[in-house]
Amino acid sequence: MVGVDVGGTFTDVFVLNEADGKAEVAKVPTTRPDQSGGFLDGVSKQVSDLSQISVVVHGTTAGTNALLERKGAKIGVITTQGLRDVLEMRRRDRPRTWGLRGDFEPIADRRYRMEVPERTLADGSIRTPVDLNAVRTAANSLADQGCVAIAILFANAYANPQNEALAVGAVRDIWPNEHVSCSSEILPEIREFERFSTTALNAYLQPEVSGYLDRLETALKGGGFGGEFMIVQSNGGVMAVDTACKTPVRTALSGPAAGVIAASYITSSAGFPDVVTGDMGGTSFDVSLIAGGQSMLSPQTSIDFGMVVRTPMIEITTIGAGGGSIAWVDKGGLLNIGPESAGSDPGPVAYGLGNTRPTVTDANVVLGRIDPDNPIGGKLTRLDVAAAEMAIDMHVGHPLNLDTHHAAEAILRVANSRMAGAIRLVSIERGFDPKRFAFMPFGGGGALHAGAMLAEVGIARAIVPRYPGVTSAMGCVIADMRQDFVQTINSLVDTLDTQALTSFMQSHVDDGMAVLDAANTVFEARTARFELDMAYIGQTHTVAVPLAVEVSAGTVTPPTKAQVKAAFDAAYTATFGRLLKNGTRRILNLRSAVTGTRPKFDLETLAPTGAGVTTPKATRPVHFGDTWHDTAIYDRLTLPVGCEITGPAILEQPDTTVLIEPGLTGRVDRFGNTIIAPSEGTA
Amino acid sequence: MTQIDPITLAVLAGRMEQIADEMDATLFRAAFNPIIAEAHDASHGLYHAISGDTLVQGKSGLPIFVGVMSFAVQAVIEKAAADGDLADGDIYIFNDAHIGGTHLSDMRLVRPYFRDGKLFCYLASVGHWHDVGGNVPGNYNPAATEVFQEAFVLPPVKLARAGEINQDIIDILLRNTRLPQSAMGDLNGQLGALDLGVKRMDELLDEYGADTVEAALEALSHRAEALMRAELQGLPDGRWEATDYLDNDGITDEPLAIKVAVEIADDRMLLDFTGSAPQCAGPVNIALPTTVATAYVAIKHIFPALPANAGVMRPIEVRVPENSMLSCEFPAPTGGYTETILRMIDVIFSALAKAAPERIVANAYGTINALSIAGKRSDGRPWVMFSFYGGGHGGSMACDGLNHGNAPISTATIPPMEILESVYPVMFKQWALRPDSAGSGKHRGGLGARYEIEVLEENGAEAFLFGERGRFAPKGVAGGGDAAMNVFSYATDTGWAQPPLASKMRGIKLRQGQSVILETPGGGGYGPAAERAPKDVARDVARGLITAQHADKTYGNVWREVAP
Repeated sequence: MVGVDVGGTFTDVFVLNEADGKAEVAKVPTTRPDQSGGFLDGVSKQVSDLSQISVVVHGTTAGTNALLERKGAKIGVITTQGLRDVLEMRRRDRPRTWGLRGDFEPIADRRYRMEVPERTLADGSIRTPVDLNAVRTAANSLADQGCVAIAILFANAYANPQNEALAVGAVRDIWPNEHVSCSSEILPEIREFERFSTTALNAYLQPEVSGYLDRLETALKGGGFGGEFMIVQSNGGVMAVDTACKTPVRTALSGPAAGVIAASYITSSAGFPDVVTGDMGGTSFDVSLIAGGQSMLSPQTSIDFGMVVRTPMIEITTIGAGGGSIAWVDKGGLLNIGPESAGSDPGPVAYGLGNTRPTVTDANVVLGRIDPDNPIGGKLTRLDVAAAEMAIDMHVGHPLNLDTHHAAEAILRVANSRMAGAIRLVSIERGFDPKRFAFMPFGGGGALHAGAMLAEVGIARAIVPRYPGVTSAMGCVIADMRQDFVQTINSLVDTLDTQALTSFMQSHVDDGMAVLDAANTVFEARTARFELDMAYIGQTHTVAVPLAVEVSAGTVTPPTKAQVKAAFDAAYTATFGRLLKNGTRRILNLRSAVTGTRPKFDLETLAPTGAGVTTPKATRPVHFGDTWHDTAIYDRLTLPVGCEITGPAILEQPDTTVLIEPGLTGRVDRFGNTIIAPSEGTA
Repeated sequence: MTQIDPITLAVLAGRMEQIADEMDATLFRAAFNPIIAEAHDASHGLYHAISGDTLVQGKSGLPIFVGVMSFAVQAVIEKAAADGDLADGDIYIFNDAHIGGTHLSDMRLVRPYFRDGKLFCYLASVGHWHDVGGNVPGNYNPAATEVFQEAFVLPPVKLARAGEINQDIIDILLRNTRLPQSAMGDLNGQLGALDLGVKRMDELLDEYGADTVEAALEALSHRAEALMRAELQGLPDGRWEATDYLDNDGITDEPLAIKVAVEIADDRMLLDFTGSAPQCAGPVNIALPTTVATAYVAIKHIFPALPANAGVMRPIEVRVPENSMLSCEFPAPTGGYTETILRMIDVIFSALAKAAPERIVANAYGTINALSIAGKRSDGRPWVMFSFYGGGHGGSMACDGLNHGNAPISTATIPPMEILESVYPVMFKQWALRPDSAGSGKHRGGLGARYEIEVLEENGAEAFLFGERGRFAPKGVAGGGDAAMNVFSYATDTGWAQPPLASKMRGIKLRQGQSVILETPGGGGYGPAAERAPKDVARDVARGLITAQHADKTYGNVWREVAP
């Protein structure tokens, strides 16, 4: 079984031998623009005979990048008369609260958004039947004008898909390729902008993503691979490659989602089900919350201003404080970090690739926390400490009247404070006390800042996985297969047609189970979960109400109105503390998730074996607080289980540097994770 | 005074900002009413113990509150001084807009924060409640001539004395709203936010000590002032004027002037509103605190990086004559304050555009267009569809204006059409951009919108509109053109009609199948139309954002020779 995560710089491969439970990892450079080169290179580096592989699971950033770089396809839209501009008008928002500059280019040019006579009302009745001749004329015209994908977006299609279904049938008959997306198929949920945007983005991604995945699959098969090829979705579950080609919008956050899935498994195994993960990249710090072993899902996200994707996604909060974030002093004399970033190219000043403004990484270099002679990643041979010092002096030290090292400490303290703020806020917004949580850093630089998160947020411990750099690839191997479905019901509980509700639930189960049946892989269990979005009449915010409904032998037991009411009262009380007297309960949407649980592997197989090496390989001076400390440097991967290292110390491995600050102790647990906590007696 | 090192200062700046952000997050999560929960019409912050000046404010609250909250705190400081009974655990509550700014829907809670028995600072929370009594549900009464017709008026009173909640006050409040459940939910949320603020301040002071935090607050205020002075020094010295008009006050059809003279001398600025219209009968007056807060909003839009700290306003003088509609006296109605402050922002932008056009965005659409359509269903149940509508933003040196944005004083989004259609008996025949509505320019304004709404209910309906910009167009800057004006039309048995007061009207009778059409203004243009790249004009024509005739008239016909 193979997991592959393609990142901006590296392609990570995680190979699990299902026979003996052993795992191996590999890292190869990502190839651009076609990432499939690095993908195949990485896989074949670990497995010479592709026919031995049963499953390949891929976390991809192909969709994310196409969205962020606006490199999707030229698409056309056919929509209801009067609604051509919904995609461009958004929900009447603006890019930033302060400063009114900024315009917006929708992904579908107004020239290629065409209206046709048709109208469905909110109750599902059809006021104007769809004019199929107008639909065909529009489709032909869009194809003639060079559109390579098309989206059909009709008003109230969530309530009755009939007009849309007729239109999409007519278009599929004449459209020159497979790339036809339709709003009631992608997201049969009320709210036209969110549904239209998600559907249009699906069309926008389809040629690019399905082309990429086709190339990969063809190449894998060409190499003898005969197993199942699957893709990680933004919700943290995996889907078959043909599903991904039809609904590429579900891959918008595929890469980061896999990382969070792995984090959840690693930390739960280690005994810490409540965790905040922090992925520190070049330009950002991505925070995600896992409570009770469950990662948080958000119903929608904005990839960029006006580009809303409404499919369940692992909730990730991003702040602009990555390793490449630039430190600067404003006109009022206050030190700031970001949002401007040097990214990974040109990157920090110490990279010597042209940037002259100091970054967070430069501060780590100047303070001895990163070894300048052995930069991680292996792209550069050494780092330019003098240049980093000069930049810090010029842009931070002089304006604040600080010497180089105090200026560098200042940069780290402000950056740490912002990261800590993000952690506090994601937990507060969810109503959790962050002190209950463990912190798990991953990505290249996160483990340098773990100690600071303990001090700043009051978190009890940090857990650094044995291979932080390949967390996402590991997540690919762990993830369950999951399909999410939504259907707007829009009914009062008192007048609910339970038969209609049951038939929607049944069709979701049937579709989900069919996908599991078709998958060429084993499942330990199959589950179907249902949730209703509910509120009292007059409220706009809905509460997610879990509905415990039995599915026996694939048949859904119909829920009763009393059951729905009781479930709502329980969920509402849990959220708001009390019920609304005489309130009328309303159901907005049904959400179903059908999951096939895949076998997990024992993380202990990754742990170090034998006596290992517990002595430092070197020492070097590292700056903490006000002064330099002679700091022991260990080779992290040789430290044995149970070994304890007292700070100050640095643990190095090829792709990560772990910093243990004075007053903290790092312990290697039985999985090879390093658990960092205050030393005995100092807590 | 303790000296503070620059590192601790930067860290404390972030920590305190976060306390306010966490208070915001707490209320948004707990609030019952969607105006707070979804539109984030609320704000929290820390305020100076003696002056009431804003020290720190949350980033996610409504822009207009950033400047106005310190007036609420000042009102409490005066009240407490007069009564001489300020104690730890007290919480004051009030909605009086004449002393606290904005309008009566905004319920303000102010809580003194004590450290070691000594007053350290104030914490405050403001949130827009769903209903606070008055003649009209939701408190938007376009015909009000006194505040008493808008809502009940609560002056600053103690909701809690030394930690003990006074249930009498809550009982009075809940008897004076049509939605007591919602009001109680919001009140609890605001109290929860203040509790959290106290807890976080305790932790912060335990960690850093009161002296250090106090020194940081002092230093941050100085730095905010220094930042503002540095920005002002970057502007040329001189005096620039601009005048614009409100259509009318909803009672008498007379235009109302809003005039500003902006004077910059070195690192100081004067905003002089002398020459603006006197206090009027209708609800478009604003109280002085609102005027000062609006000046802050305008300035922060020009310099977005400025902190939410009173130091920013120290180099700025806001001069408003007495008996002005910008400094109205109790009990003049203020419910329509949004229209007036939008026009204030417009004239500040227009005046400063003459000094430093590169920094200024042309006028946005300039009206919130509060449109209600209401009636009774066949089973007798009443329904009211109430919403604000969007329009175009102004062009700038950087780019064209945004199409269909929200008002500069707000960050609220518009409800989805499908939600409105599912809850109310209406159908949107059109929800579209309005071609030719943008002001022309090198960078044109953003487009306004055209909403056509048909009544489906067999009993018919009545429509109410409170809007502006029906007589005076949003202005371009730096030679840019003006945008199209607001146009509201409603169907009658003899054809389309328009309100006598342009954009304000009550009780428009509609039968089943009849419609209203709201065409909102675009934004003003930036720079002369002659400087617009012909290919951009050609592209706009190809996209149907401007018509060919409009392009020929405004930009000449060079565009016809280029490929879009």
